[in-house]
Amino acid sequence: MSTTTLRAVTRGRVRRSRRRRAVLTALSAAVAALVVVSLMVGQTFYPPGDVLRVILGETVPGASFTVGELRLPRTVLALATGLCFGMGGVTFQTMLRNPLASPDIIGISSAASAAAAFGIIVLGLGETGVSIFAIVAALGVAVLIYLLSFTDGVAGTRLVLIGIGIAAMLNSATSYVLNQAGQWDLQAATRWLNGSLNGSTWDETVPVLAALAVFGPVLLSQARNLTMLQLGDDTAAALGTRLERTRLVSIVAAVGLIAFATSATGPIAFAAFLAGPIAARLVGAGGSPLVPSALVGALLVLVADFLGQFAFDIRFPVGVITGVLGAPYLIYLLVRTNRAGGSL
Amino acid sequence: MTGATTSGPDVALLRRPARTRLTWLLIVLAALALALIASVAFGSRIVGWADITAALGGTQDTLDQAAVVKRLPRTVLAALVGAALALSGAVMQGVTRNPLADPGILGVNMGAMLAIAVAMTTVGLYTATMYIWVAIAGAAVSALFVYAVGSLGRGGATPLKIALAGAATSAALASLVVAVVLPRGDIAENFQSWQVGGVGGASWDSIGQVLPFLAAGLAVCLLCARALNSLALGDDLAAGLGERVALVRGIAAAGAVVLCGAATAVAGPIAFVGLIVPHLCRLLVGLDHRWLLPFATLVGAVLLTVADVAGRVVNRPDEIEAGIITALIGAPFFIYIVRRQKVREL
Repeated sequence: MSTTTLRAVTRGRVRRSRRRRAVLTALSAAVAALVVVSLMVGQTFYPPGDVLRVILGETVPGASFTVGELRLPRTVLALATGLCFGMGGVTFQTMLRNPLASPDIIGISSAASAAAAFGIIVLGLGETGVSIFAIVAALGVAVLIYLLSFTDGVAGTRLVLIGIGIAAMLNSATSYVLNQAGQWDLQAATRWLNGSLNGSTWDETVPVLAALAVFGPVLLSQARNLTMLQLGDDTAAALGTRLERTRLVSIVAAVGLIAFATSATGPIAFAAFLAGPIAARLVGAGGSPLVPSALVGALLVLVADFLGQFAFDIRFPVGVITGVLGAPYLIYLLVRTNRAGGSL
Repeated sequence: MTGATTSGPDVALLRRPARTRLTWLLIVLAALALALIASVAFGSRIVGWADITAALGGTQDTLDQAAVVKRLPRTVLAALVGAALALSGAVMQGVTRNPLADPGILGVNMGAMLAIAVAMTTVGLYTATMYIWVAIAGAAVSALFVYAVGSLGRGGATPLKIALAGAATSAALASLVVAVVLPRGDIAENFQSWQVGGVGGASWDSIGQVLPFLAAGLAVCLLCARALNSLALGDDLAAGLGERVALVRGIAAAGAVVLCGAATAVAGPIAFVGLIVPHLCRLLVGLDHRWLLPFATLVGAVLLTVADVAGRVVNRPDEIEAGIITALIGAPFFIYIVRRQKVREL
């Protein structure tokens, strides 16, 4: 390699890592700012000082209840589920090398949601029981989709389509559960079919935080291997990645994140699907997509929830906003891939 | 070969012997009769035969008899909607030469739903006929859109590309529907249960209004049967046989869109009926559309009627919407067909 090429490569690398650092800083700052703003704004406005004092544990008349008991759980849950969906979603997309293969499109989220709805409404389980039930169901469905799409080698499009079929079935099962319980009220239905943060309490938030603490580091430990997997199985194996182990660990951790988040808020529509591609657009090539995608996921959910609460005459659940934002992108992605002639 | 003709030109499958077809016709007619009787006889309330015959005779003195009388429009609507969806699916599979075509999977039903939702919340819909027109318009737009997206790029409109475009469009439209309907609490309550798809809310009025549309769609589709046979040979060969390919395709597709738009307007988006039934009928009578289409119509009526009865009986006294039952049966069938597609067609 000549010195000029070497210099060009080095320069490119430096530029990319500088860009990555800048984007990550900006994303973190935006997430932090949104967290503070969503704690301040509501029926009554509290200045940042009050909010900070409540978080530090001081008693502020009025603010202690409104901010500490109402807004804080909701905001923390939005942040945590956003991180979960972003990270879990991009893991699937990276591993299957297909942006459409995100858990909310191929039925993993639907499985968690159907199980959670069944667990809460029919079995009357508590938060922990529901989360465990949801993760077992989601893992089962993940295995099922993999087995079903494996005939002579797994083809990406087939996996996505089979996942869509499974999702249709599971959404019907969710409707059935809601129907059976005579709970076909709008709140429950939108929560389990679209995702909603309405009425969040600490009881729902704590399991999600725990899942983030357990599965997050596990997934991050696989970040390097996941990036290798993007190069193709053979190249990754040649570069020393243990394929099966990486896949197994990442799938379990990603499904764990998705299932815990879903059992708290329902499958916030397209959050997992959108975070990865947006993060890739922002950060550019190279590096692990996990952290940027997690941050974008958090940003998406926080922004969507903020818009849903305050931007319109009525309060939209967060999943409706992300759904409307995600729908055109889904179609755009399809048009672009088809036009490029790539096999999806 | 990506034709609706499953895998390759299997001559034995092209057309079953006349005797087999007639036997199946009798069996299907008998099944339809049984399904209709079952739909009147069974429901969330258990009614004796004496009351049923009395109710059919016109008396409505007891609660049981009144329940039976209420089951009549529902039975008729289930049969009509099932027939319309199955025929629509069969024609769509023929027009697109795509074994995965179905009004639900292609997002056409959701297009109809969104159109209705938008019209309800903005200008307001006052008569059932307006619902139907709006639904048909929405169905047509989304059908064109899905076909356009699915046929971009290399290889044109391959079955899996169209199915993917349809599923994505369907998901996208579904979230738009929720967003449009949710701000209107008054509409939303009714809309949610309708969104699942079912015939529980049937009335003679709505049947009367949807009937002309269904009849027109049925006539158009059945008249296209011979042309669809030519289309199955491929566009070039069909043109060589003197078929005006684009015209035929447009007319047949219009018939299919009218059928599923009208069906969605009265019963909500019921998926998978249009997928399962034509495949089943091909096994029974072969690939000749002149037999396939009428058969699909009859079998579709049987399927949805049975699904509706099952939904009423499985978990008394609660009812399960027919749309849920068809999705639970239909999705595994969809997966089976996707699995059967060869990798090179993906």
